[in-house]
Amino acid sequence: MSNEIQLTIDGKSIVAKLGQTIVEAARDNNVYIPTLCDFKNLTPAGTCRVCSVKVDGRVVVACGTRVASGMVVENESAEMTDTRKAIIEMLFVEGNHMCPTCEKSGNCELQAIAYHYRITAPRFPFLFPKKSLESVHPLLMLEHNRCIQCRRCVRGIRTKDGKGVFAFKNRSNNIELIMDKSRADDIDDELAAAAANICPVGAIIKKGVGFSTPIGERTFDKQQIGESYGK
Amino acid sequence: MANKPIVATASLAGCFGCHMSLLDIDERILDLIQLVEFDKSPITDIKNFERKCDIGIIEGGCCNSENVENLKLFRKNCNILVSLGECAIMGGLPAMRNGIPIQECLEEAYLNGVTVDVGDEPIIPNDEELPMILDRVYPCHEVVKIDYHIPGCAPNADLIWDFLTTLVTGKDLELKYETLKYD
Repeated sequence: MSNEIQLTIDGKSIVAKLGQTIVEAARDNNVYIPTLCDFKNLTPAGTCRVCSVKVDGRVVVACGTRVASGMVVENESAEMTDTRKAIIEMLFVEGNHMCPTCEKSGNCELQAIAYHYRITAPRFPFLFPKKSLESVHPLLMLEHNRCIQCRRCVRGIRTKDGKGVFAFKNRSNNIELIMDKSRADDIDDELAAAAANICPVGAIIKKGVGFSTPIGERTFDKQQIGESYGK
Repeated sequence: MANKPIVATASLAGCFGCHMSLLDIDERILDLIQLVEFDKSPITDIKNFERKCDIGIIEGGCCNSENVENLKLFRKNCNILVSLGECAIMGGLPAMRNGIPIQECLEEAYLNGVTVDVGDEPIIPNDEELPMILDRVYPCHEVVKIDYHIPGCAPNADLIWDFLTTLVTGKDLELKYETLKYD
């Protein structure tokens, strides 16, 4: 039996491998589905919901749903685009995202997806939650105002002996990113840079870097997120 | 042209950077005054509304009672109201005080801050002429209805130009990736 199956995304017929997720299949077929909590080589977590698509009339996350034969996926329909914009807008109002003062601005994936959808202002009221800035390590700061709880750092950052460094404490609106300080000695310059890099927003900041890349030369100054797809 | 659209502008809790960015359209300002007429604005120094305006452009959010009064006055006197820049849209840098109790902010600024001159007897300004500071900074669209939002800190001059020219000529604005920025 062949392990190749056929499905459609926005009416376009694509071939996928059995066992792939919708996001992986779309990527292989040069179709852009925006993602935020998804990161190369990490098991999908489905925390951000940005990749929401409609499958056979139901809204599901494309990163956590496996392809099936004959599946009909709605990706860039008016309804799903609006749903995604609403999710992005919620992520903005639920934190304190002060782009003009953020070191990650221009390299931030949340901002990049908001640009992709040409969002000018959120439809929801700003919550201005009370959050703090915390120095957790000689090399790292946690800027809780900007954390979107995607868990990329929790899933992707490991010390050399394979131990996790980041975790979340509390639940619901009290949820907060924490760093295991007993692992402080295992965090070298390289791992600190990796932690700052794996964060899609500016919640994990490597000290002593600041605004190192001039405006105009940052990642999303030069290219639009998802731009390489469909070419 | 007898009936050019009339534009009014105001800077509330902003830094005037957005107005500077408006002037950054450079010589196109000569084309702009062919298209529109400026009324009440820091640029013209006209202080009061004497007539109804077509477009009101607001820089900055609301941090005190005077900002709120001024914003409501603009809503009343302008057919279309535009939030220009991050401060008007989401409070911007002044909103970094949101989440800190107002008493703590005032004490830090006027009593305990490192730049307070200890030689004087420091007080929190309380003259009745001064507008009351609000509990937090409010985005303009949380105070009055705002019709359009132009993001940026400050918004790109080309974005302001594209927006104003498409608005007064009745065309649809295509937001260009290069000009739409939040910083």
